[in-house]
This record gives sequence, C-alpha cells and structure tokens, in this order.
Amino acid sequence: MPTVQLFITCLGDQFYTGTLQNMVRILERLGVEVTFPAEQTCCGQPLFNNGFDDQARPVARAWLHAFSQSSAPVVGPSGSCISMVKHHYPELFPPGSPEHHLASDLAARSFEFTEYLVRELGVTDLGACYPHRVTYHSACHYLRELGLREEARLLLNAIQGLEYIPLQEEDTCCGFGGAFSVTFPDVSRVMMENKVQNIIASGADTVVTCEPGCLMNIAGGLRKAGSNVRAAHIIDLLASTGETA
Amino acid sequence: MSGETPGYIGFGEYSQHVPHSIPSAVKQATDRFVGTRAARVAEIDQWEELRQIGSDIRQHTLENLDRYLETLEARVTEAGGQVHWASSAEDARQAVLQIARDRQVRSVVKAKSMATEEIGLNHALEAAGIRTLETDLGEYIIQLAGMGPSHIIVPAVHLKKEEIAALFREKLGVDAPADPVELTRIARERLRHEFLTADMGISGANFLVAETGTLVMVTNEGNGRMCTTLPDLHVAVVGIDKVVPDWESLTVLLKLLSRSATGQKITTYTQFITGPRRAEGESGPKEFHLVLLDNGRSRILADPVGRQVFKCIRCGACANVCPVYKNVGGYAYGWFISGPIGAILSPQMLDTQVARELPYASTLCGACAEVCPVKIPIPTILRHLRHRMAQGDEFGSPALPAPVGAAARMTSLALSRSWIYRLGTRLLPFATALLRRDGWLKTLPYPLSRWTSVRPLPAFGARFRQWWKARVRSENG
Repeated sequence: MPTVQLFITCLGDQFYTGTLQNMVRILERLGVEVTFPAEQTCCGQPLFNNGFDDQARPVARAWLHAFSQSSAPVVGPSGSCISMVKHHYPELFPPGSPEHHLASDLAARSFEFTEYLVRELGVTDLGACYPHRVTYHSACHYLRELGLREEARLLLNAIQGLEYIPLQEEDTCCGFGGAFSVTFPDVSRVMMENKVQNIIASGADTVVTCEPGCLMNIAGGLRKAGSNVRAAHIIDLLASTGETA
Repeated sequence: MSGETPGYIGFGEYSQHVPHSIPSAVKQATDRFVGTRAARVAEIDQWEELRQIGSDIRQHTLENLDRYLETLEARVTEAGGQVHWASSAEDARQAVLQIARDRQVRSVVKAKSMATEEIGLNHALEAAGIRTLETDLGEYIIQLAGMGPSHIIVPAVHLKKEEIAALFREKLGVDAPADPVELTRIARERLRHEFLTADMGISGANFLVAETGTLVMVTNEGNGRMCTTLPDLHVAVVGIDKVVPDWESLTVLLKLLSRSATGQKITTYTQFITGPRRAEGESGPKEFHLVLLDNGRSRILADPVGRQVFKCIRCGACANVCPVYKNVGGYAYGWFISGPIGAILSPQMLDTQVARELPYASTLCGACAEVCPVKIPIPTILRHLRHRMAQGDEFGSPALPAPVGAAARMTSLALSRSWIYRLGTRLLPFATALLRRDGWLKTLPYPLSRWTSVRPLPAFGARFRQWWKARVRSENG
C-alpha cells in the first residue's frame, strides 16, 4: 500500500478544511495510506516570489525538515506550492550543500494532487457523481510550471453526470498572483472581473480549479458580483456523490 | 529637454487611473495578434526546436558580443559606412546631431526605431532646430499626439480609430473620418512630400549581420525603405545587442520574429542595407552612418541572469499575451518599452529606485515566457530583479521601503517556527469573528483591506489539524 505525506499548504490550512478532508478520504479510498507531518507551515513562496530569498530560506528549511522525516512522496492540493518545492527549493541552496541535496530529493517526490492521481496512480475515474454544468479555470503555475494540461479535464470527464463547459480564456491568469493582489489591487481587480465575467458567460453553475489561491480570488469575485455560480476546488467535486452540491 | 530618462515610475499610481478606452483598444489589437501568431506557429512542426535554436543563437551572440561587434565594424567600414560608438544616450544624440550639423540638415524623416525612443532623439533634434517627422503610421500618430510608443511594434495600439480621426482633425485641420483606410491615405499624402525633401533619414535596425556588415529592417508600410533610400544621408541608431553572427542565424531569427510579432510568415518589406551607394547611378544614400548604442548594455551584460533580456528580438508577443499589460496599457510602464520585457529591461537600465515597482507588475503567470520566440525566462528575471529590489546585489542597490523588509523578516520568523504559525492559525478565526458574515469577511483592516476592497475574503477557519488529531486519537483509541 503506497503511503503519502499530506502537504496541506497554508491557504488550504486557513480556508479549505473541507477540501483537505476530502483529499484524505479520496486517497484512502484508493488504498493510499495518508500521513500528516504536523510541523509543516507554508512553503515560503510569498517571500521567495517577492525577492526575499534570505527570508524564504529558513521557511524552506523548516518545510524540508518536516517532510524529510519520511521517504514517502509528498502530495498537496496546489500546483503553485508544489512548483515552489519542485523547482525553486533546489535554487535556494548552493549545489553540493546538504540542504540542496535534501531539496533535490524532495523535489523529485513531491506531487500536485491531480498529478499524483493521474500520473502516479494512473487513476482518472473515482466513482464521483456531480450532475452539473462545470467549467474549469486553468491555474498558471499548475499549467505552465508543472505542465499539467489535461489532468484536471481527464478527472472531470470521468465524473458521472458532469457536463463539461469550456471556459473562454481558460488559461489567462485570474489576477491573484500572491502579493500582487494587494500590491496592485486595481490591476488584480480588472483581471479578476474579466475571469468572473467569462465564468458567468459560460453558463456553467460550477467553476473548478486546482489552486487554493485562484479559488479564493474567483470565489470572492463571484460573490462580489452577486453570482450563484459555485467555485470549488476540483477535490470537492471528485469527492462528491451527487446527493449534495 | 533631453527626454531620455524618466523620473519615478509609479506603476501602481498609474494603474488606478488607466483611461477607460485603453483596455478595450489594447485587447482588441493584441487578441488579434495572439490569434494570428498561434496560426503561424501551428504551421511549423518544429516550432519548439526553432525557438531553442533562436535562443541559442542569441545567447551565444551575447556571450561573444565583443568579437561580433569588431567584425561588424570592420565590415561596415569596408562597405563604405561609418561607425560611431556611443557609450551613453547623450553620446548617441551628440553623434547624430554632429552629423546633421556638419551637413546643414534642416529636416529629418524617421523610420520606426526603439533605440531612438530610448535616447529621446526627437527632442534633441527639435531642440537643435531640425524638423523631425515620424513616418511609421503608428509613430506618426503618437508624434502628433505628443506621446511615446505604448507597444513595441504597434506604438499607437491604445488609440481607437475614432480617437485618431479626432487627432487628425485637431492637428492637421482636415476632415478625417474614423476609417482606417482614409486615415492612412491622409497620412500617406502628407508624408510623400516629406520623404522627397528630407535631408536625412534616420532608422533603427532589427538586426545587424556581423559577417557582412548588413543592417536588416523589417516593416510592413514601406516607409522604412523611403527613409533609408530617398535622402542622401542615412543614419541608423542601433543597440549593440542587435548583432547576429551571420546570415544563417538571421534566417532563423527572421522566421521567429515575423511569426511571433504580427503573425506573418514574412513581413511585407525586408530590407538589407550594406553601406551607402557605391557608384553614381545606384540608388540609396551617399552616406551611411551607424551609431552603435551601449547606454548601459555592457554593464548589464556582466549579469548572467539579467543579461538574458538582451536576447529580445522586439516582437511584442509577451505584451500581447500579458493580462497585466492588456489591462493597463503601455504607459503604465513609464518608459519607451512596456509590457513584460519592459518590466525586466527598464529596472536594469535605470536606477533601481526609479523603476522599483516594475518587477512587481506581474503575477508571474508565465504566459510571456511561453510565447517568447527566444525563450527569455521572464518570470525568472522578474524574481531576480525583485531580489535586487529587496536585498540588493552587485548590480544594484536595494530599493524597497524599509517597512516592507521588516514585514518580510517577521513573516519569515512566523513561518519558520511551527508553533508561532499554529498559534496564529488558531487565533485568526477568533480575531476576525466579529467581522464574519455568512462565511466571508467583507472588510478587514490594513493591509488586508487591500484585498477586501476588491473582493471578500473567505473566513479564517482552520480546523483540519484538530480534525486530524481527533481522527488519529479515535483510531488509536
């Protein structure tokens, strides 16, 4: 039985308890043993992306310490955080250093959730049922840094009763961008509004994405616009049995 | 006024007051380019391989620039041209002014050139009493409007045809309808006379081929050819980064450029200029001068990460796909070059303090790097420059306000000590309980107000850790 270490990410931790619980349930249903290193905090991407490498390094060290206690793969519900670990942790430490070695080791066994399901376990049909019109926002780092182009769609198409509706400008950034959203709120706003208008115009009743950051932004934008479209993490649809929406 | 370097570039300030018409005008044009580019790219099976070759050519050239520049100078001189080295914008302006003064030049026609925008050449010429006219339609329009370019290849992209018609009516005193064909006809009629009477033509270049000393220009309007063949004097101002080793490299880069820029297989005009005319009876100018502009490039070339910005072949594809650029337009970037490439070039060429906001003017979505024909890792360079702004490096001083650094240090402390983070996680739902409505936080104090002013925040509600603990306890129970 494969074992994974759950990386809940700081945004998942603060805002998406239900999604994390669903993630555990799905993995266990597939026969995966789930462990949770409780020392974990955040991957440090907000610091790293804003140029504070010296401040990001201790956060990365803490993360590496938390997840190097086990040799099991790491699985998280965010393409962006996984990309941070996979691509940027090794850059933070000089080649040849023990930390670089550790970072490279963990980079090789860290996976975004849908990536883990589709590419590692080879599973697309989870027996979920969600009889709704669903559209999909492709998150930037998930798409471009991890190269996950079709994984989410494969999983969605296997959900019973689900009608998949393509989204105009599916792969255009929603305007979240981490600190960008508070550094330039006016630009973030127009990008978010553009995304929300496309979602509403699609005629879908649900929009899914694989990124907690985008989800916060899009869900908040839909609420602000007075829309009834539900914004959800793909995990929540994959755990759905059709009785509740 | 020298017109070359801007004061503080307030991207955030500008973004609060973007003129209403800009996003829709920019989106209309850039969406069209995105579509035509995609179609032209799809025609080439080995596009990705071609990009890699283009990237390698540019990287190799930058790493051996001294050698190729020496060859270039020798070949241009052999062909009868004169090379002028300009280490600064001021040197370049003086070189052009000197050439003009020595020959009693009174009027100049210009082809589209980013290098002359960079050095503010038009202002310098006008200040010296030399009539200077832009002849690229877009440049002609923004010159009439008294503005700079807002896009690398479409300088007037932010203006709609109605605005251009109004501008023509106001500045030219003609009855101009909002019809692109008619507007072009009006401009063409006025320009024809200027081409025939100008004393000097000024251009930039898309490339300089070192092995033969050839200047290469791609255009679609034919004005570039008029500027560089009708007057007896041709002066080209070109950045030293524009060199390519040989014609074989050039074919790769031309293919990448036209498909990425306008979505054309090849531009309407591709000009190759090797020196001035050689014999009476040949067409072309009697004199050809090449002003090679450094203006900080050598300094930047010492930085292995930052210098990749000079791989750029100025296609503008990065701007066309950039969701930030599309919504704020080119003037938000405060200098002659805008969009993602401007956000990584200006902070390197200008003082870090002046352009400190630009590296942050991106969500790091990566759309730019995905289309860049020469694979410039724009998000990586943005992060590199953010690091310079935050902490400084050997190429620039830190430029962020002190409280930002203090906040980063506190964040680092809280996130690298699990107990502080977990304590915060437990406290946040209580601290915000009174503001909570229906699972959402509609207003929060600064700095989170900058989030809630745009959209509500989901309520803090971390319960996973407790749930997990209880679950483990009951399993072991």
